[in-house]
Amino acid sequence: MIEIKNLHKSYKMGSNSLHVLKGINFSCEAGELVAIMGSSGSGKSTLLNILGMLDELDEGSYDLDGVPIKNLNETKAAQYRNKFLGFIFQSFNLINYKSALENVALPLYYQRVGRKERQEKALKYLEQVGLKEWATHLPSELSGGQKQRVAIARAMAAEPKVLLADEPTGALDSKTSYEVMDLIQKINDAGNTILVVTHEEDIAEMCKRIVHLKDGVIVEDKKVEQVRASQYV
Amino acid sequence: MRQLFDSDTWREIFQSIGKNRLRTFLTMLGVFIGIYIYIGLSGAAKGLDNGFEKEFETVARNSMFIWAQSTSKPYAGFKTGRQIQLKLQDAEVLRRQVPEIETLAPRNVRGVFGSSPGVVTRGIKSGNYSVFGDFPEFTKIATKNIYDGGRFINDADIEQERKVAVIGERTQKELFDEDEEPIGGYIEIEDVSFQVVGVHKFEGGGPFDNDSDIFIPFTTYRKLYNTGDNVAWFTVAAYDDADVVKVEQDIKANLRRIHKVDPEDEKAIGSFNLGEVFKQIFGFANGLTFLSLIVGIATILAGVIGIGNILLISVKERTKELGVRRALGATPAEVRNQILIESLFLTLLAGIIGIIMGALTLSGINALTQDVDLPYSNPTVPIPYVIGSLLLMVVLGVLIGLIPAQRAVSIKPIDALREE
Repeated sequence: MIEIKNLHKSYKMGSNSLHVLKGINFSCEAGELVAIMGSSGSGKSTLLNILGMLDELDEGSYDLDGVPIKNLNETKAAQYRNKFLGFIFQSFNLINYKSALENVALPLYYQRVGRKERQEKALKYLEQVGLKEWATHLPSELSGGQKQRVAIARAMAAEPKVLLADEPTGALDSKTSYEVMDLIQKINDAGNTILVVTHEEDIAEMCKRIVHLKDGVIVEDKKVEQVRASQYV
Repeated sequence: MRQLFDSDTWREIFQSIGKNRLRTFLTMLGVFIGIYIYIGLSGAAKGLDNGFEKEFETVARNSMFIWAQSTSKPYAGFKTGRQIQLKLQDAEVLRRQVPEIETLAPRNVRGVFGSSPGVVTRGIKSGNYSVFGDFPEFTKIATKNIYDGGRFINDADIEQERKVAVIGERTQKELFDEDEEPIGGYIEIEDVSFQVVGVHKFEGGGPFDNDSDIFIPFTTYRKLYNTGDNVAWFTVAAYDDADVVKVEQDIKANLRRIHKVDPEDEKAIGSFNLGEVFKQIFGFANGLTFLSLIVGIATILAGVIGIGNILLISVKERTKELGVRRALGATPAEVRNQILIESLFLTLLAGIIGIIMGALTLSGINALTQDVDLPYSNPTVPIPYVIGSLLLMVVLGVLIGLIPAQRAVSIKPIDALREE
């Protein structure tokens, strides 16, 4: 599903150049649930941004579902993001003046899905995350865990190839964190490919594979026995 | 374009401008006031224009009055202070010498300019009224509205020195009983019997009308008052394309020559050039229209800049939201267009409300001034001006919207999302 070869990325800071990713080789099959771990500055967010086509790579190659991701202009990148990727952010990033339903329907809007179909689909995904009754509520009326579940529904709505989660539990207490992870696991069980960036051990252990990043290189890449989050809920 | 006619786009726009209503309202206020002032002012200018036109509709636009006074310079053996008397023969010379003259009507009068009025009696009723000796041509310069069944003085009256009179509304009221038919009736002017042939209508507000004036044929007048060939003044109308100031000067130069007045003597021949006054009045109205255009455009401009400014702030505030949209698949074009349409929509909405309110205000003023004696009527703004100002707003709205739209597009989704 994802194929990265010899990925390099550096940022120019004035006259200095900061080499963030120093030759990453990484691949991931459909249906995997991968945790990308590392301390801050290890390059995990940069990697996720490149995977999410929010940032461009300097060197190497990146294929997503057989499509080479290279030299995309903004318009093309937007279309690919919409088609291939679903984003889950640490701070949820829901649009605060739109109801939960409208937030979930937003990626479909950019896919030019008709209004009626859009709402039906959005409602279906809201139901999946258990928030059907909250469809008309604004984000400000939801709890943190609920917001993240709406964000997950939004990421799912466009039926992307890969879900990218950047510290999805970073802003949540452990109980809600487990609820969210439980949801992510269930989505993964249904066959979706999910990449989770986290620095929390317990969250990483709920994935099927852990990739450790340190100073821009992968230092460890192991399959783990998945800890089911449902037992904590 | 597809985006412009998509109901979803509009839903998005209403949502985003609806989330901060006060700010949206204040933003629109600038453009609203601009177009409101523009419509109000130019409508008022037009109303003034119409008002003057209506006020003077009975008088030829390019008309003037010429009379004689006493000389202020000695000339050709005559000493200073000689009283000049215009003569009927002067009219012939002027008509010949000044080809720009369309109509020239010599007039005589009693009861104006200090002379004693004519004594008019009918049975036991009597009164003092201004009596004019007129030619039929006079009505070509200053229209006299005659009530049905009557007429003004005609050529036959002049030729046969008929004792006929056109009386005013008030004259009729004072000399005739209410149910009495004045036409064909007789009145006595200076003990001479005259048959009434017409009653002229009093035009409200006009400066050259009096509701009691009596008009009699010039030839009859000169017999009645023994004025010979004397003329009190000439009423002249020049052709539409003539330069009224030049015509006035030519006439005066000719009269000075005929009456042996020093060509430099400005006092001997007096004149009042209505054409020039009209020019000034309409020039004033035009100036007002122009002023309203400048003020209106400047205010609209300020308002539109205000909209651009607010949108710029709004884009800054929505950086994160726009980043999220980009991450979810909004293309730069879609983001840009949304901001542009927002700008355009706000500008146009404010403009249309301004036009409507301006029109309402104008019709309100019109209703209020209906019964007031003001040179003000039917204030309207020409449709092309309205369309022009709308177009101006569309162009300005798009142009000014480009700035925040470009700002919105230049935000990279990754930077937008990082911003906490």
